[in-house]
Amino acid sequence: MPQYRQFQYKAYQPVMSPYWYFDRWPYLKFMLREMSSIFVGWFAVVILLQLNALVSGPTAYANFQHWMATPPVFIVNILSFVFICFHAITWFMLVPRVVARQVLQRPSPDVLSAAPNFGIWLVASVVVALFALRVI
Amino acid sequence: MADTIILEVARFSPERDSQIGYQTFEVPLRSDWMVLDALNYIKDNIDGSLTFRWSCRMGICGSCGMMVNGVPKLTCETLIAQFAPGPVRIEPLEHFPVVKDLVIDMDVFLEKLQKVRPWIVRKDDRLPAREFLQTPAQLEAFHQYSLCINCMLCYAACPVFGLDQDFVGPAALALAERYNLDSRDQGAPERTDVLSQHDGIWDCTVVGECSTVCPKGVDPSLAIQQYKLTATKEWFKTWLLPWGNK
Ligand code: SF4
Ligand code: FES
Repeated sequence: MPQYRQFQYKAYQPVMSPYWYFDRWPYLKFMLREMSSIFVGWFAVVILLQLNALVSGPTAYANFQHWMATPPVFIVNILSFVFICFHAITWFMLVPRVVARQVLQRPSPDVLSAAPNFGIWLVASVVVALFALRVI
Repeated sequence: MADTIILEVARFSPERDSQIGYQTFEVPLRSDWMVLDALNYIKDNIDGSLTFRWSCRMGICGSCGMMVNGVPKLTCETLIAQFAPGPVRIEPLEHFPVVKDLVIDMDVFLEKLQKVRPWIVRKDDRLPAREFLQTPAQLEAFHQYSLCINCMLCYAACPVFGLDQDFVGPAALALAERYNLDSRDQGAPERTDVLSQHDGIWDCTVVGECSTVCPKGVDPSLAIQQYKLTATKEWFKTWLLPWGNK
């Protein structure tokens, strides 16, 4: 940097808005992806509560089921499900950002490297659904 | 199609202004005109004081980057007609200090670039007796990253850089990876200090817009995530096998 400063230009320093993520959809999508972790955390808590109810006996489990059916919890769970799907899909779509060259060695279509994750997700969902519907 | 289109152009004079203002210009709307042609029309016919950078007019020199309707673009390869009926807002690249009108101060980028040592580093400085040979597969490993034209669109698209100017940033990290992956280079350990620190790869939260806006398909986001994997493997090696990283 020159020492001489008297007539040196004064640049305009831009300031980023605290609401920058509303500027464009990709930024909002990023923020939603990050914030959806809260809902992932919520489902983890629900599973822990469910396990706790399960080991505490039939009455506790019935109470847990009753609590899950209450409108506020039901709404939160629906919302959580939507956000968890969003979380999973957006993260799966990022897999090519890492895997493409490390594993496949050369650039490949994003969908190709994301596909195995979607495949495993689908198979796991079908198995869980079969259990839930008491088919197996 | 209308005959003209309105351009809202950011104006800033360091002697006069403390804020960026906007001036509207009506320019001819021609199907073969790029945004840069419209700006040159203003400069040649309406207001000669409008200041902006450009040189090659064919997406090679990387100097004509600006925000076009809020998205970083090379103005020499962005058709103006796609924004009809307008108006089209033209602003300097985001997150950089503005020198005048659409001209940004790129020093911050050049400093970062230098830090990652974007050239072939050899342990032995003596000139080799013959050229280094490289197979097509070795070339392929880094070729994509060597296409960077230093246009800085990726920096303008990166909110992490906007929030933390110490972040080394997409292009510099991609160029570091370009040399790390080059079979002729031996400078990877020297670059680690800059790359594998908080302001380096670990500052990246994978927004991914750098790769979306890159006009050369460099995919800096891929380079960063790829290096995260390399750095993690190296860390495990030094942690588990103190002699393993020698
Ligand atoms: S990585 Fe792409 S967007 Fe970034 S400076 Fe290089 S060419 Fe421009
Ligand atoms: S003028 Fe050179 S890249 Fe646009």
